[in-house]
Amino acid sequence: MPKIKYIEHNGKEHEVDVPAGWSVMEGAVKNLIPGIDADCGGACACATCHVYVDPAWTDKMPPKQDMEETMLDFAQELEPTSRLSCQIKVTPELEGLVVRMPKSQH
Amino acid sequence: MSERIVIIGAGQAGAQAVATLRAEGFAGSIVMVGDELFAPYQRPPLSKAYLSGALERERLFLKPDAFYAEAKCELILGVSAKSIDRTKKTVSLSDGRVLAYDKLLIATGSRVRRIPVPGADLKGIHYLRGIADVDALRPGFEKGARLAVVGGGYIGLEVAAVAVKRGVDVTVFESLDRVMARAVSPQISAFYEDVHRAAGVRLLMNTTVEAFEGTDKLTAVRAGGATHTADIALVGIGVVPNEELVKDMGLTCTDGIVVNQFAETEDPAIFAAGDCTRHIGREGDPIRLESVQNAIDQAKHAALAMVGKHTPYGEVPWFWSDQYDLKLQIAGLAKHGDKIVVRGAPASRKFAAFHLRAGRVAAVEAVNAAPEYIVGRKLIADRAHVPPERLADTTIPMKNIV
Repeated sequence: MPKIKYIEHNGKEHEVDVPAGWSVMEGAVKNLIPGIDADCGGACACATCHVYVDPAWTDKMPPKQDMEETMLDFAQELEPTSRLSCQIKVTPELEGLVVRMPKSQH
Repeated sequence: MSERIVIIGAGQAGAQAVATLRAEGFAGSIVMVGDELFAPYQRPPLSKAYLSGALERERLFLKPDAFYAEAKCELILGVSAKSIDRTKKTVSLSDGRVLAYDKLLIATGSRVRRIPVPGADLKGIHYLRGIADVDALRPGFEKGARLAVVGGGYIGLEVAAVAVKRGVDVTVFESLDRVMARAVSPQISAFYEDVHRAAGVRLLMNTTVEAFEGTDKLTAVRAGGATHTADIALVGIGVVPNEELVKDMGLTCTDGIVVNQFAETEDPAIFAAGDCTRHIGREGDPIRLESVQNAIDQAKHAALAMVGKHTPYGEVPWFWSDQYDLKLQIAGLAKHGDKIVVRGAPASRKFAAFHLRAGRVAAVEAVNAAPEYIVGRKLIADRAHVPPERLADTTIPMKNIV
């Protein structure tokens, strides 16, 4: 199971195993990691699972679909590394992935 | 003795209330009672990814078990609440237990509306509300099986989309003249009717199901005076609020437990949130919402009120539906509009319908159009006025629409 490190806005780190096939969002929610709301449960409908992907992982990220791209366009504190974590599927290649959470999801 | 909050209903609203109560520092005990055997789970994927098999059951749960342990929330599952004694402040459960409460949250949700026609008890007739319903329905989705979908609403159409992709022969019976008539505007209905027909779904409008036929198992549906062969049926004709528990105790219910903007009922110790409630919405009329958004937001306000931090519920309602590769996202309620402005061409499979009320944006329905949805939602929240010709002009990006 790939290990993923989630870093809260306050710097607190959580390193957890997330099953391949799950989303990065699910890995946070199922491990009680604060900072990702995911109101819609992963339907790319609410934009409350915004994360910043560590630049070292940019190349390994799955490409953004149109929907994610536009939902992100309107997220607060958008950065070039911003993603919706419900749209990042965990694969063995993402072993060690590091994501950071924004101050707020709303 | 420390204060005890009892939550009746283990769904989206109940789970949210636990999270908010603890986040707000509530230090008393919490007990949640649910009549299903499962801890709170997501219902929206049931008619979509869970039905199709893309999402395993384990992934439906809203919170891991550790959440309830950490929140010191006792879960009583597979048990329903039978009655409330408002004087003694106790709830009687179906297993004979009697729970004392200081504050009570009713988050009982809604149940499917049953179809009152002959043959409705035949084997092969399904409804869709819980995990068990989908587990029972899915094995019937074999290639070539004939599925009768009764009701062209969200549930019926989402199921139709999953089924037809599996090679099931699908017929949808809708008693009104368009699909999703209760939820969306005619422009959206017309678009989705075309999409379903193109995918191979047979849509029969203005066709009311009169009876189900079969000796022990369903074999046909009688509708619109004709007989349609069917192996399996899915009835999706709406839901009714689970309000009886408090109605019996003398609290006002008018198709939904009546609550104020703080999710309080007439009894100061009893709160209610989610599908089971009716409240005065942002547009000033009493509404009952059947949605994840309402369950989450109203439960937050209920929990805040329970700990004495009253904040009024005024969030914009939002909804979504996944059918095929299309994402329908809605904010606000179309019924509040007096003028419809369409932005983009339905033929491009990317467009939106804005609903204006006296010139301000009251609702938006967006098909594969996230900017329209996101900006629209903000415009609704801000009660913004936007000239119709600007909204319709796709050369002006949504970001610059105001």
